[in-house]
Amino acid sequence: MTTRSSKAQAGPEVDKWNLRLYTAGQTPKSLAAFRNLKKVCEEHLPGRYSIEVIDLMANPRLARDDQIVAIPTLVRKLPAPLRKIIGDLSDTERTLIGLQLRPHQDR
Amino acid sequence: MRRSARELEAVGSAVKALPKAPTGIAGLDEITLGGLPRGRPTLICGAAGCGKTLFGLEFLLRGASQFDEPGVFMAFEETGEELAQNVRSLGFDLDKLVAENKIAVDHVHVERSEIEETGEYDLEGLFLRLGLAIDTVGAKRVVLDTIETLFGGFSDAALLRSELRRLFRWLKDRGVTAVITGERGEGALTRQGLEEYVSDCVILLDNRVREQITTRRLRIVKYRGSSHGTNEYPFLIDEQGISVLPVTSLALNHAASEERIATGVPQLDTMLGGEGYYRGSSILVSGTAGTGKTSLAAHFAHATCQRGERCLYLAFEESQAQLARNMRTIGLDLAPWLKKGLLRFEAARPALYGLEMHLARTHKLVEEFEPRVVIIDPISNFTGGGSERDAETMLLRLVDFLKARQITALFTNLTSGGDAWESTDVGVSSVIDTWILLRDTELGGERNRALYVLKSRGMKHSNQIREFIITPEGIRLEEVYVGPEGVLTGSMRAAQEAREKAAATVRAQEAERKQRELARRRAALEAQIAALRAEFESSEAEAAQVIAQDRAREQTIDAERAAAAKRRGADAPVANRKRK
Repeated sequence: MTTRSSKAQAGPEVDKWNLRLYTAGQTPKSLAAFRNLKKVCEEHLPGRYSIEVIDLMANPRLARDDQIVAIPTLVRKLPAPLRKIIGDLSDTERTLIGLQLRPHQDR
Repeated sequence: MRRSARELEAVGSAVKALPKAPTGIAGLDEITLGGLPRGRPTLICGAAGCGKTLFGLEFLLRGASQFDEPGVFMAFEETGEELAQNVRSLGFDLDKLVAENKIAVDHVHVERSEIEETGEYDLEGLFLRLGLAIDTVGAKRVVLDTIETLFGGFSDAALLRSELRRLFRWLKDRGVTAVITGERGEGALTRQGLEEYVSDCVILLDNRVREQITTRRLRIVKYRGSSHGTNEYPFLIDEQGISVLPVTSLALNHAASEERIATGVPQLDTMLGGEGYYRGSSILVSGTAGTGKTSLAAHFAHATCQRGERCLYLAFEESQAQLARNMRTIGLDLAPWLKKGLLRFEAARPALYGLEMHLARTHKLVEEFEPRVVIIDPISNFTGGGSERDAETMLLRLVDFLKARQITALFTNLTSGGDAWESTDVGVSSVIDTWILLRDTELGGERNRALYVLKSRGMKHSNQIREFIITPEGIRLEEVYVGPEGVLTGSMRAAQEAREKAAATVRAQEAERKQRELARRRAALEAQIAALRAEFESSEAEAAQVIAQDRAREQTIDAERAAAAKRRGADAPVANRKRK
């Protein structure tokens, strides 16, 4: 775990990050989340990420299929394992921990 | 208790304005006077394992299958597969209802360790999922089981509370009848105080263990805008799901049959107005140990089967084999009825289940077997399964249940003997129509059985105490001898009878003798009459002969006179008349 984390700090082993942001309409929280996400990715994963924004208002079925309860929810599809980060991502520190771009302080 | 039931009925009709959604759960709709508040959320709370999830599921399943109200089950704890398994044992096919689009199941999985919170959020995803599920099946009912789990998944309790408040309002706006389950908390109905948000109807489930026997109970804590039963109602979970047992039935409106049925003991029929018990009545046979209660019950069972009717015999002291053997020794062969399927034995120790379970088991057996007669032998043992008060209400409900179905019920009751002859140990006398008392009499170094009818509603019954004799040919009731020394039974009665018989023989012989004497005298008299008549007849014949000779002679003289007159030319006829 420790070795993996140190590597993660430098950058994950996988080239491509596949991120999904679930929103429900153009709410201020969703817009903020997208802004914050974009910033984090540009900073830590330049050129190696893709963000897919899913509006559950238009496609509620996905909320069930992907077990989404809170809005906004960011899901790291790749690299595995799947991670879920909820909120508007305004807490950059926790966002990085959630994405495992930084070792978890508590652990 | 009965008063409150009447109250319920009275108020029930007055508040029909509040629309209700029937649950279909046996007994619950009676207590809630129609079901849960339609279009509003209801909170079901209780400790772990008290049946909350099943309650919610059954509400949905019955809604979908019986009331054509599709439903959504949102499970926060169990997956759809687990739920389907749980209800399969209850005879519901959840998968089929899901396939028919009558029920939608959504398993909401929230795992705190998998979630990182990074700022503001809301539970719009939950709303969307619920909305989707409701729209998919056109749901009228929604169950959220157990939404409090969310408090374990998210750290912002204040946000959750406001979101839940929003959710319940949203559910109301959608017009769905919702059931929300919640785990019971310390000093509050639910851990997170859900009762603050869901305040239309709150039902508390409870699972109590007393003397190693578990009893589930249900209480309606609150029902806004409607009256409801306020008692704690026992309920059970069995293969048919939940059934709540109203403490007493709400009405006393069972029909009263005029039909009479034989007791199995002809002399007892005679004592009961010559025709036996009323059909659909409840009969109590009470007595001390060894007074023949079971024998009397078995006779009734036998008579029932002879009529070709089914009889359910719930034995709580003896096994089927033991009872059958014992009854054979008094000339009752129950085996053919068992074989024919007219008689069914169910033997179990009363302590095996709680009272409610017994009641429910009896309900079920009655529904299955459809007997015309139910025998419970004995009821006194029920006090072992709960308090006396519990046993009493249980029997009350049982009697009501059987009466409503016009089933004749015979209960035996073991009295503790001695002092309280005329009080039942289990205070059911008020619901008993015919009460037969069996007692011992100790006299002349013997212990004999006596029977009398303490009461029998609606018929002229004997006030006699009869001696109750169990013979190898069955039960016989003998007239007891009541003399200056009191009631005589057994050999003293037999001795008295022998004395009376001897005296009667003497009297009979005397009468016979007198009869013979009379006959003899009559014969003598008749002989005399015959002799006199013969004598008279012979003299009569003699007299007739003399008269005939005289008349002949006179005619000859007349003829001669006429001839002489002719010769003289006289007027013969005149002379003849004158002469006469």
